[in-house]
Amino acid sequence: MSTKVTQEPVGDVAVALPPLEQITLTINGVTKRLQVAPWTSLLDLLREYLDLTGTKKGCDHGQCGACTVLVDGTRINSCLTLAVMKDGSEITTVEGLSKGDELHPVQEAFIEHDAFQCGYCTPGQICSAVGLINEGKAKTADDIRELMSGNICRCGAYVGIVAAVEEALHKCQPNQ
Amino acid sequence: MNSFSYTRAQAVETAAREVSTNHTAKFIAGGTNLLDLMKENVERPTRLVDLTRLPLNQIEDTDKGLRLGALATNANTAYDERVEERYPLLSKAILAGASAQLRNMATDGGNLFQRTRCYYFYDLATPCNKREPGSGCSAITGYNRVCGILGTSESCIATHPSDMCVALAALKATVNVTGATGERTVEFADFHRLPGNEPERDNNLKPDEIVTSIDLPADGERFAKNFTYLKLRDRASYAFALVSVAAALDMDGDTIKEARVALGGVAHKPWRKAEAEDLLKGQAATKVNFERVAASLLEGAKGYGSNTFKIELAKRAIVRALTMAANGQH
Ligand SMILES: Cc1cc2nc3c(=O)[nH]c(=O)nc-3n(C[C@H](O)[C@H](O)[C@H](O)COP(=O)(O)OP(=O)(O)OC[C@H]3O[C@@H](n4cnc5c(N)ncnc54)[C@H](O)[C@@H]3O)c2cc1C
Ligand code: SF4
Ligand code: FES
Ligand code: FES
Repeated sequence: MSTKVTQEPVGDVAVALPPLEQITLTINGVTKRLQVAPWTSLLDLLREYLDLTGTKKGCDHGQCGACTVLVDGTRINSCLTLAVMKDGSEITTVEGLSKGDELHPVQEAFIEHDAFQCGYCTPGQICSAVGLINEGKAKTADDIRELMSGNICRCGAYVGIVAAVEEALHKCQPNQ
Repeated sequence: MNSFSYTRAQAVETAAREVSTNHTAKFIAGGTNLLDLMKENVERPTRLVDLTRLPLNQIEDTDKGLRLGALATNANTAYDERVEERYPLLSKAILAGASAQLRNMATDGGNLFQRTRCYYFYDLATPCNKREPGSGCSAITGYNRVCGILGTSESCIATHPSDMCVALAALKATVNVTGATGERTVEFADFHRLPGNEPERDNNLKPDEIVTSIDLPADGERFAKNFTYLKLRDRASYAFALVSVAAALDMDGDTIKEARVALGGVAHKPWRKAEAEDLLKGQAATKVNFERVAASLLEGAKGYGSNTFKIELAKRAIVRALTMAANGQH
């Protein structure tokens, strides 16, 4: 499938603006050709132009992890990423983790361990946990705490989050 | 954030030339510092030259030691088996910084150029000589908990916030750069500078110079056993250092053959002093000896109010880090 999304220039101001850039991204398995302004963050592209609002904007400055997505399987902060720089990459957001109705083991574990309250940080926590499992560096609960420290939870659901990630870690093989 | 145009660098030389002929153009690598500052309007480039497609992300053995490509990510560097085995101090320092996501994005080259975390540098409503030369320094008489105590000047008391650079200073790394006019190699100690009366300049590079790689000298492997990176901060993870210490000892039994000590969070550059390190040459690893090193390193330290605590904190951290290193505690 090929979807084309063009950011509409606003009024006459647009005349003076630098040109849009043509990029191709595969987002949750769907390849899209897109035209983006150079300054559009990957986060804004997902949320504002592609209606993938699962990925959240917390701080917009790399400080909270709510915007965590996977680029070619690696977790990153989409708020500090220019969409244009990821041309050719595969992006996985929280919307792309389940297989149909079958939840990803990390999603299952979050429900089982009640690993959230308001849920705002949760998509970022889940994508981050999937990235952590892919990285294969965390062995203990302490490792999980340290390697998940880039995801802040204002509700303080950390006890459940660590338990959920620990369970998912033991269930998942890397690269799942 | 201002609008800007974008180009993907095809070669180091052309990228350097592009920035040398356009003073409002900037390189971008991981983007974790530059984009943050652009969103705050602290940095306002009109053109970004994307370095990330250049073939500079390799980590490879050379006759000098281990070479880190400038575009190797902080995560790939910290977890590289050769770095873990031969330069574990560097792995430890990198992993003490930022978050897993940020380390996946941040590059080794970009890490060297990250700018200060002084609150006023980020706050466009207040004077700051680093951001706006000649406007004054708000931190000297303001809230300066994160600011420096060594090598400060009347125009700026900011610190360089990197953890990685503290380890690179202790390991005496060298930095390979290419500019519009050619290539050169810079000793790590000469890479960053003290603020003096030009605090807008963080380092001794020209704007068009690109870091292509960082060399870890082969003799740095002597420090792979007795080392530590001690980072003291306001929370246990995901916070910048108030004070950090990279301590590395080359030991022969109980005797110290050579010591390296670099401090983070206290100055405009990683703080090292050869005379302080020499105090340990041929000496035993004792608290008294370590206290002498701490006193020497902190000589001339000056507090500015909310950061004065750092003087005592740094002294104690040095003694603790050296003790840990001598005991093989990482
Ligand atoms: C929330 C948060 C927490 C953080 N915590 C820590 C921490 O605890 N410890 C720590 O050390 N760091 C920390 N960092 C900083 C992080 O390590 C740096 O932002 C990162 O290393 C910068 O690398 P980058 O590749 O993203 O640089 P970019 O943002 O892409 O670039 C930064 C600057 O370097 C220049 N540049 C980049 N590459 C080159 C090159 N090869 N040659 C010449 N110029 C170049 C760019 O022009 C730009 O001016 C934190 C960052 C954030 C956002
Ligand atoms: S310490 Fe330096 S960065 Fe901070 S306000 Fe003063 S001039 Fe600006
Ligand atoms: S929104 Fe990206 S880290 Fe907070
Ligand atoms: S569940 Fe509310 S912020 Fe984490």
